[in-house]
Order: sequence, then C-alpha cells, then structure tokens
Amino acid sequence: MNTNAVMQLALYLAVLLVLAWPLSGYITRVMRGEHLGPTRLLAPVERLFYKLAGVDAGRETGWKSYAVGLVLFNLTGVVAVYALQRLQGVLPLNPQGFGTISPDSSFNTAISFVANTNWQGYAGESTMSYLTQMLGLSVQNFLSAATGIAVVIALIRGFARKSLETIGNVWADLTRVTLYVLVPLSLVVAVLLVGQGVIQNFRPYTEVQTVQATVYQTARLDAHGAPVNGADGKPLMVDTAATTQTLPMGPVASQEAIKMLGTNGGGFFNANSAHPYENPTPLSNFIEMLAIFLIPAALCFVFGRMVGDKRQGWAVLAAMTVLFVAAYGVTVWAELAGNPALQHAGAASSLNMEGKETRFGIVASSLFATITTAASCGAVNAMHDSFTPLGGMVPMALMQLGEVVFGGVGSGLYGMLVYAILAVFIAGLMVGRTPEYLGKKIESFEMKMTAIAILATPILVLAGTAIAVSVSAGQAGVLNPQAHGFSEILYAFSSAANNNGSAFAGLSANTPFYNVMLGLAMWFGRFAIIVPVLAMAGSLAGKQRLAVTAGTLPTHGPLFVVLLIGAVLLVGALNFIPGLALGPIVEHLQMIG
Amino acid sequence: MNLSSQLRPALTIFVLLTALTGVLYPAAVTGIAQGVFPNQANGSVISKDGRAVGSGLIGQNFTEPRYFWGRPSATGPMPYNGAGSGGSNLGPTNPALFDAVKTRVAALKAADPGNTAPVPVDLVTASGSGLDPDISPEAAAYQIGRIAKARNLSIPQVEALVAANTTGKQWGFLGEARVNVLKLNLALDALGK
Amino acid sequence: MTKRFETPIPDHVETGTDERSGNDKRKLPLLDPALLTPAVTDAFKKLAPQVQWRNPVMFVVYVGSILTTVLFGQALFGTGEAPAGFIGAIAAWLWFTVLFANFAEALAEGRSKAQAAALRATKKNVIAKKLKAPKKGAYELIDSPSLRKGDFILIEAGDTIPMDGEVLDGVASVDESAITGESAPVIRESGGDFSAVTGGTRVLSDWIVVRVSVNPGEAFLDRMIAMVEGAKRQKTPNEIALTILLVALTIVFLVVTVTLLPFSQYSVSVAGAGTPITITALIALLVCLIPTTIGALLSSIGVAGMSRMMQANVIATSGRAVEAAGDVDVLLLDKTGTITLGNRQASAFIAAPGVTEQQLADAAQLASLADETPEGRSIVVLAKQRFALRGRELAAHQAVFVPFTAQTRMSGVDYDGRQIRKGALDAVRQHVADVGGLFPDAVSKAADDVARRGATPLVVVDGTTVLGVIELKDIVKGGIKERFAELRAMGIKTVMITGDNPLTAAAIAAEAGVDDFLAQARPEDKLKLIRDHQAEGRLVAMTGDGTNDAPALAQADVAVAMNTGTQAAKEAGNMVDLDSNPTKLIEIVEIGKQMLMTRGSLTTFSVANDIAKYFAIIPAAFATTYPQLGTLNVMGLHTPASAILSAVIFNAIIIVFLIPLALKGVKYRAQSAAQLLRNNMLIYGLGGLIVPFVGIKLIDLLLVALHLA
Repeated sequence: MNTNAVMQLALYLAVLLVLAWPLSGYITRVMRGEHLGPTRLLAPVERLFYKLAGVDAGRETGWKSYAVGLVLFNLTGVVAVYALQRLQGVLPLNPQGFGTISPDSSFNTAISFVANTNWQGYAGESTMSYLTQMLGLSVQNFLSAATGIAVVIALIRGFARKSLETIGNVWADLTRVTLYVLVPLSLVVAVLLVGQGVIQNFRPYTEVQTVQATVYQTARLDAHGAPVNGADGKPLMVDTAATTQTLPMGPVASQEAIKMLGTNGGGFFNANSAHPYENPTPLSNFIEMLAIFLIPAALCFVFGRMVGDKRQGWAVLAAMTVLFVAAYGVTVWAELAGNPALQHAGAASSLNMEGKETRFGIVASSLFATITTAASCGAVNAMHDSFTPLGGMVPMALMQLGEVVFGGVGSGLYGMLVYAILAVFIAGLMVGRTPEYLGKKIESFEMKMTAIAILATPILVLAGTAIAVSVSAGQAGVLNPQAHGFSEILYAFSSAANNNGSAFAGLSANTPFYNVMLGLAMWFGRFAIIVPVLAMAGSLAGKQRLAVTAGTLPTHGPLFVVLLIGAVLLVGALNFIPGLALGPIVEHLQMIG
Repeated sequence: MNLSSQLRPALTIFVLLTALTGVLYPAAVTGIAQGVFPNQANGSVISKDGRAVGSGLIGQNFTEPRYFWGRPSATGPMPYNGAGSGGSNLGPTNPALFDAVKTRVAALKAADPGNTAPVPVDLVTASGSGLDPDISPEAAAYQIGRIAKARNLSIPQVEALVAANTTGKQWGFLGEARVNVLKLNLALDALGK
Repeated sequence: MTKRFETPIPDHVETGTDERSGNDKRKLPLLDPALLTPAVTDAFKKLAPQVQWRNPVMFVVYVGSILTTVLFGQALFGTGEAPAGFIGAIAAWLWFTVLFANFAEALAEGRSKAQAAALRATKKNVIAKKLKAPKKGAYELIDSPSLRKGDFILIEAGDTIPMDGEVLDGVASVDESAITGESAPVIRESGGDFSAVTGGTRVLSDWIVVRVSVNPGEAFLDRMIAMVEGAKRQKTPNEIALTILLVALTIVFLVVTVTLLPFSQYSVSVAGAGTPITITALIALLVCLIPTTIGALLSSIGVAGMSRMMQANVIATSGRAVEAAGDVDVLLLDKTGTITLGNRQASAFIAAPGVTEQQLADAAQLASLADETPEGRSIVVLAKQRFALRGRELAAHQAVFVPFTAQTRMSGVDYDGRQIRKGALDAVRQHVADVGGLFPDAVSKAADDVARRGATPLVVVDGTTVLGVIELKDIVKGGIKERFAELRAMGIKTVMITGDNPLTAAAIAAEAGVDDFLAQARPEDKLKLIRDHQAEGRLVAMTGDGTNDAPALAQADVAVAMNTGTQAAKEAGNMVDLDSNPTKLIEIVEIGKQMLMTRGSLTTFSVANDIAKYFAIIPAAFATTYPQLGTLNVMGLHTPASAILSAVIFNAIIIVFLIPLALKGVKYRAQSAAQLLRNNMLIYGLGGLIVPFVGIKLIDLLLVALHLA
C-alpha cells in the first residue's frame, strides 16, 4: 500500500466513525419510538400511517407475527415492482418510450430490488422508464433497507430483553426507520451529490452535436432489416458516422443517495457509479463510499447501546474493520501491482486501469470495490470483471463470507451476530460452560437457526454455480475464457445469494436461465436468513439474562474480536477454497507464471 | 399470528411508504436540485454559440490527430455512446485484452511516429463507464507533441492549455489528478487554429 | 468388585493436593488391557448400519467406505477411474476411520459397563423379612422384588438390605461399601439425618425396621446402573447443540465436494487439459473435511465424563446435571464439614480476674473428662498440652458426670463436692445468677472477644466462681482458602452457610476466604438466597443432607445430596455424593467443565485441521488440469496419490491419538474464561492448524520410504 492508499483509507475511516457515532444515538432513540428535535414535525405523518393501516404501534408481537408481516410486506413489493415493469409501456413518465420488460427479467429485477441485492441483468438507461426507476426500484431501495434494519433491531431486542415474548411491532419499525432515518439522510446525501454534478430532472434524453464525428461499423442490412452476410459467411460491415451524442437524463440523485445509504447498489445507469452522471468527482465518490458504510457502522453502535454495553458494539465493529482493512490492502496491492500483460502489450506500466475511471484511479477504485462488496451494496465505480485475479477475488470472497464485513444495512450486523453466536458456541464449550452471548444461553434451538443461516448462502452459491457450469444455458453467458469464465459464474451466484448485486459483468445474465436461477438465489439468500434470525430473536427474548462473572467468556475484548474474525474466515475458507482455487487463484498463478 | 390480520397493514403501509419514498422524496430532491444547482441537475451541459456540444462530465470520442484522445471506450455500437454506458469487462488474462492494448499502442505510435515516450496505461485501457471524460496528466503530456504539430502550435502553448484544464487531486489526495478531454479540445478549437 | 471400590477416598481438601495426579488409585487405567479386546470386537460389531446411522458424521464416512470399496472392485475387475491400488488404499483407510471411531466409543462404553457390572453384582434378589406393622415382630419371608413402597421390613445382622428405605426403629451398623467403596461401617438409626438405607448394603450388627421407600426398579442402585448404562443414549443439551453444528458442517462439506465435480468438469473443458477429479478423491476430500475427529469421539467424551463422575464417587441423575455443573456461578457451602473441620477445638483458656490459667484449665479438664464429644476431648487435650494435666480417675472422687441437657444447656461434673459446669455464655450467666454468684464483666468481655474472632466461648464456673472462658475454635480446613481463590478466578462465587451468629460467621468467612456468608441461616433463608441469585441470572450449586435441605436442593441448579443424608434430600438433589464429602462440589464443577471443554477443543481441532487437508488435496486433485496449482502444495507432497492418501491416513489415525484425551478430558486449570480460551485456542486452534501439516508430511515421507506411493 502506498501512502496515498493509506491516507484515503484513514480519512475514510475517521470520517465514518465521526458520523456513525451520533447517528447511532439517533437511530437508537427513533427505534424506541422517541421523538427528538425536528422529527417531531413528522410525527403526525407517522400517526396517520398507523391510523390508516389500523396498527397499534404500541402493541408488540412475537417473532412469528413479525416474520409473517415482514414477508407479506416484501411479497407485496415483489408484485408491485413486477407489475410496474410489465406495464411500463402504458404508464406515464416514460419519455424515451421504453417498452414492456420480459417476464423473466421483470421477475429477476423485482426480487433483486426487494431482496436488497440490486443485481441488474438490464441496462438502466436503455430499459427502465423514470416511473419504474422511481416508484419501483427507488422505493424498494428504501423498503429493503428498512426491512434489514427492522430485522436487526428485532434481533438486538432479543438480546437486550429478559424473559419477554415479544420482539417489536414490525409496522412501527418499518415506518420509523423509513420516515425518520432513511428519508432525511437520503435527502441530505442527494443534495450533496447534485452539488457535485449528479443529475436530477425529468427531461427526455438530450442530443448534443459532438466536436468530432465518430465513424463506426455496423452490419449492412437488407431490405427486410436482416444482416447481409459476405462471402466468408460473416456479416458485411459498413462504416457509419455519428455526429451527435445522447446524454441520458432522469431523477438520478434521489435514487443514488438511497442506493448507497441502503446498501442497495442498483445503478440508474448500466455503468453504475462509474458513470459520470452518477458519480462525477472524487468527492462525490467519497460521499458515496461513506454513505455505504454509514448505517452499517452506526448499527454496530446501536447494538452496543441497546444491549447496555457499548463495548459490545465496538467489538463487532472492530472485527468488521480489521477484515475490511485487510481486504482493502490485498485489493489495492493487487491492482497497483497490476497486470503484466499491459506492459507486454506496450503500455508504460502494468497498473490495472482497464475498467477504471481516470478521476478515481487505482486507489479510490480499489477502496470502492472493497467497500461495496464488504457491504452488500454492489454499486461499482470500476468494472470488477477487469480487476486482476486477486483484486477481483477479494470482492468475491467478501461476499462469500456472507456479507458480514459491515454488510448490508441491518443484514450485515445480523449476519455478523450469527457468526458471533457460532464463535461463542465453540469458545463457550472450550471454557467449559454452556455457551452464552450477552447473558443469553446458546442452546440447540439457536444452533439450529444459526446452522440454517450459515448454511443457506454457501449452498445456494455452490449449487447454483454447479448447475450453471453444467448446462449449456449457463455456460453460454460467459465472456472471458478459462478460469476467469468460471469466476464470472461463481461471482454471479456469490453476489446473488449474498444479496450484493455487483457482477463480473462480462457474464450475459439477462437470459431466462440466469434470471430465474439468480432470482431464486436472491430470494432464498435473503429470507432463508431473515426468518431464522427472527426466530432466534424470539427465542433469545424469552430467555433469562445470565449474570456476568469471571467465568463468563468476555465478548468485548481483542480476544473475542480475533475469535469472531477467525470464525468468519474459517467458515468462508472451508466453503470456498476449492471454488476460488479453480477461479481467481489459478488465474493469478497463470498470470504471473 | 393471523395471516389475514397482517394483510391490511402490509398493503396499507406499503402504499403509504411508496408514496413517501417514490413520489414525495424524489419530488423534493428535484425541487431543491433545480432551485439550487440547476446546471448540475440538468447534466452540466456545455454550449458553444448557443448550441449544446456536450457535457462537461461525459467524454466524447476523439480520433483525429489534432485533438487530444480520451480513454478507449468499450460502449456499443459506437464508442462513447451516452445511451449505453459500460466497460469492456475483459479479464486480465483474456488474450483479447492483450490484443486490444497492443492495437491501441500501435495506433498512438502511428499517429505520432517520432514519440518514443512510453504510452501511459490509461490511454490504452478502456474506462469503466465508456464515458470517462478525463485522462491522466501523463496521458495529456504524451499527446502534446502531436497536437502542437497538427495544429502548428508551440509546445508551451499546448502545455498551458493542458494545465488550465487539469484538476488536481481533491484536497491533494482524494481520487486522481485529471485532464478533461472535451474541455481541453474545445479550448484548442477556440484558439482558432 | 473392581478395584475402584477398594481404596477409601482421601479427603480432597485436607490433602491439599490435586487428585488428578498420575498415581491416583481410584482412576481406572486409561487403557485397561482387559477392556481393549472386547472394545476391538465391539468396533467390528458396530459396523452394522443401524448403529452407524445414529452418528451422522460417521455415517457419511461409512457410506464413503462402501462406495470406495465398490469402486475398488470395479477397478480390480474392469476399468477403474484410478489405479486399483490407490482406490483400495483409500477404501481401506476409510474403513479404518470408521473402525477407529467405533473403537473409541466401544472403549468408553466398556469402561462404563465394567462400572455397571460391578454395581449390578450387588443387586441380587434376597429374601426379605416383611413385617405387618412397623414394629419388630412376626414376619413373612418374601422375595425382594415383591416388596412395594410402604412395606415394612426387618433387617437383622448379616442380612442384605433388600430395598431402599427409611429406618423406623432400631439402630444398626451397616456396611455400605458396595455403594460407596468406604469399608468402615456406618450407623443407621431412625429419625434425623442418618435414617436412610440403601438396597444392596448389608447390616453388620443389631437390627432395624425399615419402611420401603421405592418400588422395584426405582431404587437408588437401579438408577445408578441405568445412568451408567444409558450415558451414551441420552444426549445432553450441549451435546445436542454441538451435534447440530457438526451435522451442519457435514452438510456444507457434502455440498462443497458434490459441487466440486461439475466445477472440475467445467475446468477441464475450458482449460482443455487433464481429467475431472475422481470420485475416490472426492470421497477422500469429503471424509477429510467433515469433522470426523470430534464426530468419532463425541459419544466417548460424554460417556467418559459420566465415568469420571463415577470415579469421583458422585452419581448424577442425568448427563444434563453434569453439564449444568460446569455452568455454576455460585456455590453455597455449609460451614461445618465443608469449610471447617466438623468439630470445633479448644484453642485457649482465658482466665477470669484472680484466677490463674492453670486453675481454669484444671477445672475445664475435669468438667470435660467424661464428655465424649469432640469438643470435650479437645479441651482435655489442650489442658494436657498446656499444663501437662493428666486425666484423673473420676470414680475415686465420687465424681458424677452431669450431661448436657436442653434445659440447662451446660455440662460438667460434681467432683469432690465441687460443682464444675461449662456452657454457653448466657446459660452460665443464668446459672451463676441462680446460685447467687457474681458474673465478672471481664469474662463477658472475654467471651465477646472470642466470638468476634469467629470462635465459640465456653464459660467455666466452679460453684459460684466464674473461672474464665475456653475458646473453642472452628478449624478451617487446610488449603481451602486457595481452593476458593481458584474458584474466584473461575468466576465462581462462594457463599458460606452457617447457623452461627453474624460476628462469628464474618470472622470464619474472612479466614476461609469465601466471598459471602449467610449467618443464622434457616432453611427458608437458604431457599431465598438461591432464588435471589437465580433471579440475577446466576446458576447455584449446593450440597445438603438433611430433610430440611430438600426445598433448597430442589431449587438449586446443581444439588448434591450426601449419601449419608435423608431420602428426602437425595430425592431433591440431582446428584448424590457417595463419599458424603461436601467439598466434592468443587470437583463436580471441574468435571462438568472438563466435559464441555473437551468437546469444544476437539471440535476446534477437527475443523482447524481442514485447512491443511485442503492444501494437501486440492493441488493433487487438479494437478492434471491446472498444474499451476502445484504452488499450493506447500508441504511438497510426493505425488497426487500420496498426498490424498496421506491426508486420509492422518485423518484416521488422529482419532486413535486423541482417544486418551477424549477419555481423560482436556486438562482443566482454575483460570478465568478469557485465559482458558486463550490457552485452548493456542493448543487446539493453532495446534489444529499446524499439526496436520506436519503429520501429513510425515506420513507422505513414510509412504515414499516404504515405496507405497
């Protein structure tokens, strides 16, 4: 790591901590139903919501009701997003006149945005109307984030409570998170981004006269519009000149803000945060990176505050931070070391600038890539497919660890707490006591739920990849040859099942096969974890909180941090060493060999 | 735990939150953006003689020797297609990447046969968006000789223009220093030569 | 009888040493040759599918063994996917893996069976003398299994007690060695805390009338046998939770290996080189990855834990109770017998003004000569030590011994016309007032001082003259303070329960180093104390023997009843200490912890091993497709075949190497949880990472040296 790489990281972490700490106090109070300062103004809106929905916000429920409500709410979202895409052609706010989207792509995108994955098989600027982007995708950016936060708050309540049957009111949790946390934060970030040059309008795409005409080749078409083949059987190409450029437009900033804050990652445009209209300057890039980790980091502190021991939150955050810094170190090192092929082909250096933007360069691109995959954001400011083998392996591995290094809003922390439960289970046995975490005994029910939560995503990733590499529909999508092609498929399923959404985008995934396979992976990768986590919250809430003694395994010190890191890495490594060996590792050995 | 009793709040809260986050929120952002930052909100469009010639944020394709060339663009069907952003997605060990870089190096050398300086890597690798408006100061410096010759300008004249269109790292260390190719080329054309 | 019962158990605390030293006789030898042969036989018997099915982890290995054997047959008689020798070697070692696991389990069970057999030997049908009424009288002879709860029976010298029961009448000396291993006979009599008798023990002298307290099959001995034999079937809560984790890991690795086949096929097709991974290599990889080490030893650890409890002469009613012992936060300990020696001893004579210490000692000795209580004897001894006063022939002086009564609360002697009495302060003060004497303030003050020091004052009076105070001191057991310090380090709080007044209690508590005490404790106070601790989220352990302890025993999380205690106490507790040694609680806690630690440590070890196995197998399995992966062969294993075989062999023999650890348990030190974890992580976590690298390399070298690879 060079000095600049260290400085960008250090500033990033420092600003992140400074912002996350006060935010955590705010979230803690909001989730308790308290009003403070200007949020009082929104209180009538909240009350109106409850009145219209027939909800008594003060009445809490057990985990089953909570889970049923949450799943129903999310299913409603899937139906709404699917319908918007299928009806897009006849709905307003569609200045480019985009047509209806295919059923399989609509299915995939609906699940993708509801599951906080934001995997995109489509290219935004040539597919989605402003209405679909706004009322379908952007809304789900909020609601999927609210879902994640609600689940983790319910789980924390499970730890914090003593012999209680209830874990909260799902409707109050969703409403409060959205109204008081996500919307105000997004508003601030959106305005900051517009200031940097992110667009926000409802105009049709603009044609501009370019300085120089662009000559390019297109296939010659016959009278019926079919390509004409030459003597060699290949389509005949003709030179075409373009003198204009299309500037895409749309309400980008409002979506960009929540795309980051909610760790969603679904870009308005195909190039995502590499697109100058989504991410125009190094400063906008910095704001977007901060927005990704802001809520996940704050939630760690919320955890500490709610369980009544702030050190617990710091410990979890420390484990996340260590893993994150290590991952960043490998990525930035690999990208700076670069690709020897570039130099062999005649370039001045081997710095891996393929797929990266000049304004971000190697360091800010590597940092962004690490952040976006450590969190389950999936926005990209550089093309991961073109990263060096190890530089691309780190994002893939971060997802395969289960998106627990900061992770998605809410989902990262509840995922990490599941690992914490696993770690204290083994460690608890090793100190000769029935394992306990935060005074709650970890017994067979918790282990069952932990096992499901930890098993679900590796099974989805491995089985999905295995099926895709075995059938021609799966093999067909691959762009790059050999081991890298395998990496593309493994990355896709890692991304989908862990609800990240970034891609080794060379893979042509907008096919019925991938749309369906990845759609299923995203849905089960999300809810096969949420439901057991809520079940665990319910079971934990009902337990007695045991007193802390010298015989209690401390879960706030460096030892626990090491243990937690070890558990995360070991589980990840055991699941994915063979897959990674056949993808990025062998590609790296080939590249340097 | 009654499924139907949860259905009403599920639908109602969904509709209400959709109205809040899908209508009110973007409307508010648009209102503020158009009021406070109208230029940025509408795409940072550059006009010349009352005619829009591009966006300060979106790169354009330059292949003539008299213009500074930008980053290679992998968009289709033509480079710098604003309606279809994207990168090449070529993997590091893909022979197609090696060939592409080799071809670009050859093209640069052909356009400026006397230049023996090493070719900056950003001039021969495709950007992530395909719309990258910038090149590195090194990439600009590499091309100064060619431009000066093609436009019959002195090297210091071109260097001064490059310097005027160069942005340093934010606060000295965020991101990278960069030269906006479209603005630089417009400035060249403005010299009238 | 096995030799387990031959040696009386040394008092844990008084020896002040750690019993887990090697020459401890009450331990079963770890690998008793007599048990080895049947264990080997059993290991083969356990190959039956219905037995294997019970252990999901080992069942996977079992299926793998069968599959590779089939592949071996295919290779022998047709075209195999790999050389027959290689497949055969893998198959053989997979079978060994299964057999080693079976052997570990059989060995642990064998040890338990030996213990159960010894117990069962004492449980034989005897002829019981059934009475019509709870009075010694006419009886009919019936077979002991026909006895029912509530029947009355007569047991006379030489009879074996047919069934557990309560003594209603009579006093007898009973040989309980069949149960306790303690050869000295004990006295059983009606009423009080020594009224319970146990079936299978033998009356040595006199007779007793007993009311049968259980039905056949429910007797204490039955429960003991059932517990020992059932240890392997009844899984404890933590064992169940751990099994869930192990099954989860097994499922994950199953998915990892199954998906590796298509991964490999795809890699072969895109690389255009090599052949896909063989089924044999996949099965080998799977078996190496799944937690076979802990899976093979898990049930042995549980059985061995129960067995260690038995060796400590503690009978737990369930494995759950043994586990709970490891979780205890608070120990409630009775002062007498646990913290202090059972008896107080005279330690000083404090003479009244105008009286010499020798005069006091002389009178005190006289008053105590006929006092056979330990306190009385200690007064005689002290007087003898201090002033060489010898016991005198009482009869020559018309001495009349005045025993202690509840009314006078004094004892003493009438001797040559003198009336010497000794007793508690207020009793003697009353007596002096009655006989018209004066009670000096100095003596009152001296008595208070003694009490404040945690000792008991006895005031001696001769006629109307108060001579002074004898200090009777509670003797805190040697080494107990260190023991409590250890407990504190483990995070366990000790609370002393005593009937003494708070002043005395505080002094003894300070001397013994307990964290807290409950003075003037009544049974309901004990119960409340337990409930309060439990409400704060603590787990409480206690010992008890009396009937009035029963409610507290029932409330406590770990309740150890003394074998000498009443039936009610034994019913209320979840463990019975055959030695009736209240200090045993500490040992019980350690055994409970040790059992969990052994499981946790071996799980960590087992999982950590996988990293090295990946490094051995992955480069080997893909050598033909991606020779570049040879870089990962950091151990420099000779050939792909020897690499895979070495990993499989290591995986099998590590089970055998760890059997002693599973049976003996991971070493327990009294340390805080954090220290324990750090140590165990270093040994079993880091060790688990490193050991297989070394082991696999050595096996590879050996295979090469023997030209087997």
